[in-house]
Amino acid sequence: MRLVSFTLNGKPTRLTVDEDRMLLWVLRDDLGLTGTKFGCGQALCGACTVLVNNEAVRSCATSMKDVQGKQVVTIEGLATGDRLHPIQEAFVTHLGFQCGYCTPGMILGAHALLHKNPKPTRAQIIAHMDEYLCRCGAHVRIIQAIESVAGTAQGGVR
Amino acid sequence: MNREDDGNELVVDGPTTFPVGRRDFLKLTSTGVLVLMAVDSAHGVQETARPQTGRQGYPTDVNAYLHIGADNHVTCFVGKVELGQGAMTALSQLLAEDLDVALSSVEIVCGDTDLCPWDMGTFGSLSIRSFGPVLRDAAAEARGVLLLLASERFQVPAEKLGVKAGVVTVAGDAAKKVTYGQLTEGKRIERKLESRPALKPVKAFTIVGTSAPRRDAQDKVTGKAKYAGDIVPAGALHARVLRPPAHGATLAQVDTSAAEKIPGVRVIRDGDLVAVLHEHRDEADKALALVKAQFTRNDPPVDNATIFDHLVKKAPRGQTPASGGDVAGFMGPADRMFEQIYFDSYMAHAPMETHSAVAAVENGKVTVWAGTQTPFPVKNQIMQALRLPADKVRVITPYVGGGFGGKSASRQAVEAARLATLTGKPVRVVFSRDEEFFYDTFRPAAVLKITSALDASNAIVLWDYQVYAAGERGAAHFYNIANHRTTVYGGWGGGGTAGYHPFAIGPWRAPGASTNAFARESHIDVMAAKAGMDPVEFRLKNLTDPRMIRALKAAAAKFGWVPKAAPSGRGVGVACGIDAGTYDTLMVEVVVDKATGKVQVTRVVCAQDQGVIVNPEGSLQQVEGCITMGLGYTFSEEIRFKGGEVLDKNFDTYPIPRFSQVPRIDTVFIDAPDVPAQGCGEPAIVPLGAAVANAIFDAVGARVLQLPMTPARVKAAMKP
Repeated sequence: MRLVSFTLNGKPTRLTVDEDRMLLWVLRDDLGLTGTKFGCGQALCGACTVLVNNEAVRSCATSMKDVQGKQVVTIEGLATGDRLHPIQEAFVTHLGFQCGYCTPGMILGAHALLHKNPKPTRAQIIAHMDEYLCRCGAHVRIIQAIESVAGTAQGGVR
Repeated sequence: MNREDDGNELVVDGPTTFPVGRRDFLKLTSTGVLVLMAVDSAHGVQETARPQTGRQGYPTDVNAYLHIGADNHVTCFVGKVELGQGAMTALSQLLAEDLDVALSSVEIVCGDTDLCPWDMGTFGSLSIRSFGPVLRDAAAEARGVLLLLASERFQVPAEKLGVKAGVVTVAGDAAKKVTYGQLTEGKRIERKLESRPALKPVKAFTIVGTSAPRRDAQDKVTGKAKYAGDIVPAGALHARVLRPPAHGATLAQVDTSAAEKIPGVRVIRDGDLVAVLHEHRDEADKALALVKAQFTRNDPPVDNATIFDHLVKKAPRGQTPASGGDVAGFMGPADRMFEQIYFDSYMAHAPMETHSAVAAVENGKVTVWAGTQTPFPVKNQIMQALRLPADKVRVITPYVGGGFGGKSASRQAVEAARLATLTGKPVRVVFSRDEEFFYDTFRPAAVLKITSALDASNAIVLWDYQVYAAGERGAAHFYNIANHRTTVYGGWGGGGTAGYHPFAIGPWRAPGASTNAFARESHIDVMAAKAGMDPVEFRLKNLTDPRMIRALKAAAAKFGWVPKAAPSGRGVGVACGIDAGTYDTLMVEVVVDKATGKVQVTRVVCAQDQGVIVNPEGSLQQVEGCITMGLGYTFSEEIRFKGGEVLDKNFDTYPIPRFSQVPRIDTVFIDAPDVPAQGCGEPAIVPLGAAVANAIFDAVGARVLQLPMTPARVKAAMKP
C-alpha cells in the first residue's frame, strides 16, 4: 500500500492503495466511476480507455503507480457541467454508438487522437481507432463523428 | 406456451409473473383508485373477440403498457430491453403516435419484471413487428377511452373532438379543451370501449416515420448509462466463480485455503458452485487464481476438423419445412446438375459487455439487475433455482451492452441471485472475457448439401437442400423452382441428441439465416456461372416474388450493376435474403490480395424492404451494424476447440471487425407503406457472407465453401 497522488477529472486526488492494482478497478470499485468499462482485461478492446496526460491508455493494464503525479481524465470528466465536449456532441449528432458500452473508450480514444493531431485524415482516424473494438457496428458513424470535430469530413460516405 | 411463430427462443414459458407485477406497479405508479368506470361484462366479451395473433401472453389491460400522469407525463412500460438497437426510441414513437401525445412527454421503462408487461424476450427482430402492434393497440384504446371521457365531459359527440399532443379540443368551440392528464388525474384507465378503435393509417403518421433522436444518447456519451455491472448496492461483493477447464468436466477436488488468506475474501461453496468474493474485482480475481482445483474431464471426441462429419453422422431426424414437385424422381442431364457442400463454423456473440448481473436480497425478495435479453424467463429461472414465489423475485434490465442473441441465456443472473442469498450480501457477477467465450451459446457449426439442376433455358428445375445444425430459419428458398425439397436436421435451438454439439449453442443474430443464405446464394451463383449468365439476370429469371424482384432491382440501380457473367475479374457480388419479414439484396465490391488471400470489402449496397419504417435513422444504424458485424462471420470469426475446451478466450485470437475493414455502405430503403413494419435488427446481416463469396469468385474465379472465408481458405480455393 502506498499513497498515490494524481489529478482525476481536474480534482487533486490522493489514495492509499496497492500501487500494483490496475487503474480500471480503482476507478470503478474504489471511486465509483463506472463510465470506464471492463471489456477484455488484456488491453485488447479499448472499452476501459482513459486519458493520462492527454494520451489514451488502457486502464485495465495501467497500474496505479503509473498514474502517480499525472492527470487522469475519465468519460465523467469530459463534459463541462451540462455542456458536452464537442466530441461527445459529435457522437450524439452522428449516432456514433448503439449499445454504448464501447462509447466512453471510443470518445476518449478520439480525444487523444485529436489532441495530438487536430486535423487527421480519414486514414489516420482509421489507423488510430483500429485498436478500439465495437461489436454493434457503429464504425462508420464513429468515423463521421471524429471527422466532423476535426473539420475533415469528406461528405457523401456513410 | 408462448412461442412466437419463428420460434427463436430457448426458454419457453408463460406470463406467470404478471399479476404480481401489476400489484407492485400500482403501488409504484398510482394510488390504484379507479378513476374511470368499472368494466361491464359485455366488454369482457369484446376482449376475447380480439385477434390473438402475435399477442399470446401479452396482457390486454392498457394500464399494463402506459400511465398518464396528472401532469400529462406519459410512462410507457415494455418488457423489451434496450440492447443498442434503439428499441426504447422506436417503441416510444409507436406509443406517442397512437396515443396522440408529444414524444417528449413520454418516458419509457424497459425490461423490469415488476413494472412492465410480460414479454418473452428481445430477439428475432420482434420488438416492432410483433410487439409493436400490441403496444399500438393499447395506445389507440387508451386514446379512444380518453376521447369518450372528453365527449361526456363536454357533452359533445366524439366526432367533434380532436387531439393534439395530449390535449383534446372541440371543433368550433375554442374554449373547450382538456388535457389527458386532467382526464385521468394520474389514475388508472378502467373504462373500456364498445369496440376497438382503428389504428392510425400510415399516411396520418407524424411521429412514426421520423428520425426521432435516440433516447439513450446523452447517457451513453457521458458515461452515465448504467449497465448491470455498474449497479453497486451498498456493501456489494464481486464474485468470481470457479470454472471447469472444459465443457463436460466435473469438479473432483478443490482447495480454497490460500484464497481465504487474502484479507476481505469470502469463499462460498454450494454443491458445484465454488466462488470467491471480495469488494474489489481485482482482489477477487487474485483470490480465484489461488484456488486449487482438480476436474475430471469428460471431453467429447470432436474438434474443429472432425466436427462436420460428426454433425452429419449424428444428425437428428430431418424435418421438411418446404417441398414441391418431384425431387426423388428427377432426371436431368449430368452436365446441368450441380452438387456442392458448404460449411459454417462455430462463432461467438462476443458483445463488448460481458454477461453481468448484480443481485441483492431485501426482506426475502431478490432483486437482480441483469444484462439480459430475457428478463422474464430469467426471473423464472431464478424462482426455480432459489425455490422462490413470483413476488419474491424481480429482474431489472438496465442498458445492455450488446446481445446479438447471446444474452438470451443468462446464467450469470442466476449465479448472482444464488450467491447473494448464500452470503446475505449484494453480489456482482461480471464474466471475464474468458468466461464470456467459454459459456457463450455459440452459433452452431453447420453442413449444407445442395443438389440442383438447370434446364436448357437456365431455369432452376431441381433444388434438393439439406441443412445440418444451422436450423430452419432462412432454409427454404424463395425462387420459382418446380421440384424442390428443403430438409432440416437439427438447429440452433438444439434438436440434436445430447452431445451433438460439444458445448451450448444458441441464436446468433438472425440465427441460421446467414448460414443458409451463404449456401443458397453461393449455389445460385455456381449455377449462374455455369450458365454463363450475369448473377442478377439469372436471379431475375428465376424469381417471381415481387418484393424480392423490387429489392434486387433497387440494389442494382444504386450499385450501378453492370451485367456480366462471373468471373469477370471485377470483384462484384450479389446475394438476397428474406428474414423477419424483411427482404434484402446486398451488392458488394471486393479486392482480393492473391498473394495472401486477404479480402477487403470496399463497398456495400443494401436495398431493404422492411415495410413501414418507424425510425429511418435508427433503421440505417441497424443495417450498417448488420453489415459491419457481418464482416466478422464472413472473414474471421471461428471458435476453435478441442473436445470440451474452448481455445479462443479473448479478442487476440478471435478477431471481430475493425475500423480498417469497414466498407462504404449505401442503404436504400424500399418505400412500402402497404407492408406493416417488419424486422430490422437482423435481416441485413443475412446475405453478406454469400455476397462476398460471390464477389471473391467474380474477382479470382475461386469458390470458397466455408465460413469464415479466412485468407488461408481463400488461398486454398484459388489453387488450381
